[in-house]
Amino acid sequence: MSAILDIVASAGLWAAVLRIATPLIFGTLGALLSERSGVLNLGIEGIMTFGAMVGWLAVFNGADLWTGMLVAAASGALFGLVHAGMTVSLGLSQHVTGLGITLFASSLSYYIFRLTVPLASTPPTVTPFQPIAVPGLSDLPFVGPALFTQTLPTYLSIAIALLLAYVVYRTPLGLALRMSGENPHAAEAQGVDPIRVRYGAIMAGSALMAMGGAFLTLSAFNSFFPTMVQGRGWICIALVVFASWRPGRALFGALLFAFFDAFQLRLQTVLGDVPYQIFLMMPYILSIAALAVMARRARVPQALMQPYRRGER
Amino acid sequence: MTTETTESTAEPVLALSHISKRFGPIVANDDISIALGRGELLALLGENGAGKTTLMSILFGHYTPDAGTVRVDGVELPHGRPRAAIKAGVGMVHQHFSLAPNLTVLENVMTGTEPLWSLRSRKGAARRKLAAIAERFGLSVDPDARLGDLSVGEQQRVEILKALYNDARILILDEPTAVLTNIEAERLFRTLREMARQGLSLIFISHKLDEVMAAADRIVVLRGGRVAAERRAAETNKAELAELMVGHRVTRPTRAPAEPGATVFQASRLTVSSGGVERLKAIDFFLREGETLGIIGVSGNGQTTLSQLMGGLAAPSGGEMRLFGEPVAALDVDDLVQAGVGRIPEDRHRQGAIGEMAIWENAVLERIRQPLFSRRGIVNRSAGQAFAATIIEEFDVRGGTPTSRTRLLSGGNMQKLILGRNLYRRPRILIAAQPTRGLDEGAVAAVHARILEARQAGTAVLLISEDLDEVMGLADRIQAIVKGRLSAPIAAEDADPRRLGLMMSGDWAAGEGNTGEGHPHAS
Repeated sequence: MSAILDIVASAGLWAAVLRIATPLIFGTLGALLSERSGVLNLGIEGIMTFGAMVGWLAVFNGADLWTGMLVAAASGALFGLVHAGMTVSLGLSQHVTGLGITLFASSLSYYIFRLTVPLASTPPTVTPFQPIAVPGLSDLPFVGPALFTQTLPTYLSIAIALLLAYVVYRTPLGLALRMSGENPHAAEAQGVDPIRVRYGAIMAGSALMAMGGAFLTLSAFNSFFPTMVQGRGWICIALVVFASWRPGRALFGALLFAFFDAFQLRLQTVLGDVPYQIFLMMPYILSIAALAVMARRARVPQALMQPYRRGER
Repeated sequence: MTTETTESTAEPVLALSHISKRFGPIVANDDISIALGRGELLALLGENGAGKTTLMSILFGHYTPDAGTVRVDGVELPHGRPRAAIKAGVGMVHQHFSLAPNLTVLENVMTGTEPLWSLRSRKGAARRKLAAIAERFGLSVDPDARLGDLSVGEQQRVEILKALYNDARILILDEPTAVLTNIEAERLFRTLREMARQGLSLIFISHKLDEVMAAADRIVVLRGGRVAAERRAAETNKAELAELMVGHRVTRPTRAPAEPGATVFQASRLTVSSGGVERLKAIDFFLREGETLGIIGVSGNGQTTLSQLMGGLAAPSGGEMRLFGEPVAALDVDDLVQAGVGRIPEDRHRQGAIGEMAIWENAVLERIRQPLFSRRGIVNRSAGQAFAATIIEEFDVRGGTPTSRTRLLSGGNMQKLILGRNLYRRPRILIAAQPTRGLDEGAVAAVHARILEARQAGTAVLLISEDLDEVMGLADRIQAIVKGRLSAPIAAEDADPRRLGLMMSGDWAAGEGNTGEGHPHAS
């Protein structure tokens, strides 16, 4: 029992929580943005993979780290454009299109990677983002090393979560976004163009997803390998439901999942006689449990997954 | 334009000129011209499919007309641009509300009213403006309530407020009373009159003669996509309007006196509970061959439970039932179908038919396991389609073929399909719950004729309805339902609107009580 308390009381755990949470925060916010407008984007897993690859590739070829992030975001927006074209303009199945994008983007990532980077026994690396100690705050005991010695993209992801919470609930744009996801006919009747709103939300959301992927190669690790997203995209889709489509809760959900993950990693070293697979399962089982509790009260956007066609009711 | 006038209706606020619109081969609007004066309350009367909604959708910019112009204060509106209509001061209250249930009242109202890229929503100012409008027209509603938590009447108020918030001077209401209770409808018309008095111009679409006569200044009748007539409300009457609307004199079918036969169903002290509430309380009634029992009542007094019970969807918690003389604990859907009990459910879209399935599939749905329609789990499509074709032919179902999707049928035709499915086999009992709700005059007459015909042929009919005329026209005996209790039956000859009105208000409950007297013995 005291071993468990030691883990929770270590600053290292909390630092790891923020690090693990960052790609989830990006991805969850991206999926949330898209779903708030009424479109499910199951391309997330592939878009994250592609973002991880293309961001890394840009930096590997001499671009600076932020340019790498930007390139990743742009590539995400491009996949978002494809998804929007298929699901919004053509009204195709959002599930099928999204899964198609995941398969396509994942394979394309590996293909481009193989084409441009020579095969080597150890994967080529870049110099990733370095932790920034926030002046003043990082000197605080415990809290300092736990929360304020992260890389810049981590701070950025939290800032975006707060920004999105503001935009969604406090601006006309956020209202237009929510109305498009709740009742696009009503939005149209009030002079808001739900098609443009959906395009914008999907593209911006996909850009965030790709940035989440790029965080993996440019901050968490320093190289790319094709399976590195490891289902994080799907976790994000579940976290959106857990968060009841609210940005603030999405941030909390991502941190909670990351806590389970960081906790089980450390628990493995303490309880050596339990098979490690049990620990690996833990964050997922706890997530499902949390989801089961939270999702019952979730308010789904009413027009989620319903294509909107002008003049049709 | 140059003539000076104090007459407020001199120059129309809104003028629709020579509007035409076709959808493929169907002409929805054919050269329609209508003018609306300031402070006027105009009714647009017509049957379903007369082109009312199409016309209003053109006016509001949802559709682009093939020909014609829309002018507001003499300025032509561009076609197909809702935003231009809003800016010109036209507001529309849709039949199916354009509202988002998960958002608050204020959010629903504010959508689209501010520049999209403003850095913040000015909720305080919006709240004050909304309160002022609500005050002015007596449309009170909590701005922070979640829309989905409001009643239908309140939601409609939000829809009206939304239009007024956008500074609408011309308000279009598409069948505003379709979803309202009588009391809510009265309240709505009081509000509309008040708005007209304050200088707003209003058009409401309707197919209900009573409300058109009661509320409107002027009535434009549409039929088959054209203006059939225009009347001042003071200079016309219901009979004339009905004739103009349908195109011929409407005659409700006359009926021969009933010759009741054996009792086929009897309920004694029957109680049905759901959700811990007694929905039906110790009710007594019986059904006889060749006779119609009418259950009249204001909606929400247990009618839904009664029709569920009779349709085999709810089981009693107390009392006795006899079906064809045999005691039964509960009615079972399969047994009912086997025994020849036809059912017309209250909600035809949700319980009566499956919209996404073909007409023939709906026609055979109840009997799909019978050898005629399937063998060893394989559906006999041609038999099913032939059966559907027969129903379409015999019951005059228009607008579809056996293989077309059922949701494409209008409400009246869907009801005729459901009727046909049930009546084709000459059922021994027919349960008809609100069989003409939402139907236009022509379809009502057709449905009534069929129900009378079935009763004439010996079917025992249970008619559950809120429509006084319908019950008086069809039923031989009448019982009122009030708060889950049934009154003792009265003979149709003794019924008049006043007496039924008293029964529906529960007057009997005080004196007579539910004695269930006058029951014959089951034969």
